[in-house]
Amino acid sequence: MSERPVVQTAVRVSDVWYGVDSRWVLQGVSLEVRTGEVFAIMGPSGCGKTTLLKLIGGLLKPQRGEIWIGDTEISRLSEAKLTPVRKRIGLVFQYAALFDSLTVYDNVAFGVRRHITRNEREVEQIVREKLALVGMSGTEHLYPAQLSGGMQKRVGLARALAMNPNIVLYDEPTAGLDPIMAETIDTLIVDTTRRLQVTALVVSHDLTSVFHIADRIAMLHEGRIVACGMPDEVRIDSHPIVRRFLQAGGVAPHTEVRRQDLSHDDLA
Amino acid sequence: MQTRVPVRYPFVNLAEQATQLVLFVGDVGILLAQALGFVFRGRWEARETILQMALIGAQAVPMVVITSGFTGAVLALYSAKLMIEFGVGSLAGGAVALAMARELGPVVTGVVVAARSASAIAAEIGSMKVTEQVDALRALAVPPVQYLVVPRLIACLTMLPVLGALAFVVGTFGGYAVAVPIGVSSTAYLLGVRELVDTYDVFAGLLKTVVFGAIIALVGCRAGLRTEGGAAGVGRATTNSVVVAVLLIYVANFFLAYLLFGGR
Repeated sequence: MSERPVVQTAVRVSDVWYGVDSRWVLQGVSLEVRTGEVFAIMGPSGCGKTTLLKLIGGLLKPQRGEIWIGDTEISRLSEAKLTPVRKRIGLVFQYAALFDSLTVYDNVAFGVRRHITRNEREVEQIVREKLALVGMSGTEHLYPAQLSGGMQKRVGLARALAMNPNIVLYDEPTAGLDPIMAETIDTLIVDTTRRLQVTALVVSHDLTSVFHIADRIAMLHEGRIVACGMPDEVRIDSHPIVRRFLQAGGVAPHTEVRRQDLSHDDLA
Repeated sequence: MQTRVPVRYPFVNLAEQATQLVLFVGDVGILLAQALGFVFRGRWEARETILQMALIGAQAVPMVVITSGFTGAVLALYSAKLMIEFGVGSLAGGAVALAMARELGPVVTGVVVAARSASAIAAEIGSMKVTEQVDALRALAVPPVQYLVVPRLIACLTMLPVLGALAFVVGTFGGYAVAVPIGVSSTAYLLGVRELVDTYDVFAGLLKTVVFGAIIALVGCRAGLRTEGGAAGVGRATTNSVVVAVLLIYVANFFLAYLLFGGR
């Protein structure tokens, strides 16, 4: 077993291999996410981004390699032992995955009632606070089917944040959204990461979004990390796959970083 | 053009079927063990369980009443006439009630609830699976077995015997409604019930429904949790759950009948 990672590392993935039906989806992936940063993993559809995210969230187990969340190695933990780790991780799903038989209020309250408090006043306070944080106050009584895709994602984020996680994992947060809603979600990711002092790990193939929000970026291609670094470093990376992907996504070496422009006020 | 089928093909298919059967039994066994683990540790969702009891139990009452009532009636239609011809018309009530207590009440209840609830359970959990709601439960540190399987298992285990008892009573009176107009006296019918049916018959019949309840809940939940492939996958899971549950109810019924009534 390797040495425990230093405290400043929120997530460490070490030589992870994951396969399905005699095909390797991830082939020796290694990366480190520092505490408090927005780390983005970009790559084309089917390259293994969501699989990697689910491995980090403890929803899948790798065939080989180690995954550290803080100082806990989770790849060999049983479901029962994963429970305390999962309470520290919030996962925002690509299509929100809200419980469609529950209202927005009950969706956000779901984890709170089971892991934080059973006092309904406290539950209500937490739910209202998190819904306000994502700009969804007043929707408590609605069901997921009554919300747009963007609203569902915001409620999904509120549900993830309600458990006060240290790490928030985002699976394609802007997929299927119009540009304005995509920018709103980008703003939320950056803003909640700063305000709540959490670590954000975003997987996306939306290059505009990735270069807006990320402190560091890794590119995944056919189950391997082919580039990793600051946005400016990745932008000028000479790897042919990276060059082709960035050019196809309209990201040229001179593109400006606009992440600093984003703030909570933009939500209004 | 003629296609050549390899000679070993049927055997490969047979081996696959056997593997599937072993996997199925293993899955259901693990699911049952996990669910019972949560039940005995008191980790079950009261609100969800009550909701499932209403969905699986209360809402199945009209179907159970109609099917068991008419089952008792048709049983009386065949048996009462014949018994009157042979001069034992007074046994008609007992014959109908005994059949309803031991066999038809439990099986009709099991099949009706399987058709209605195994499919509903598989469809609901299957939809949750393909829309990542099951993963969302796990991500929120709530075991899917605790939240989804345990309430449905408890609901089936508790509500099937209630529905079975209802089926016995309604079926017996369905027989009464037909036998009496045919020529069996009302008193003779009721006396026949008292003569031929004892408490053991009723309770052993109800015990069968408990097993059928476990089959319905576990098969439905297993099909739902194993669902893959979007809407088409949900459709397959729903159909499979009903087919497998009904088949298992019939197979289990034989062995339960042998164990419970074989020596009587």
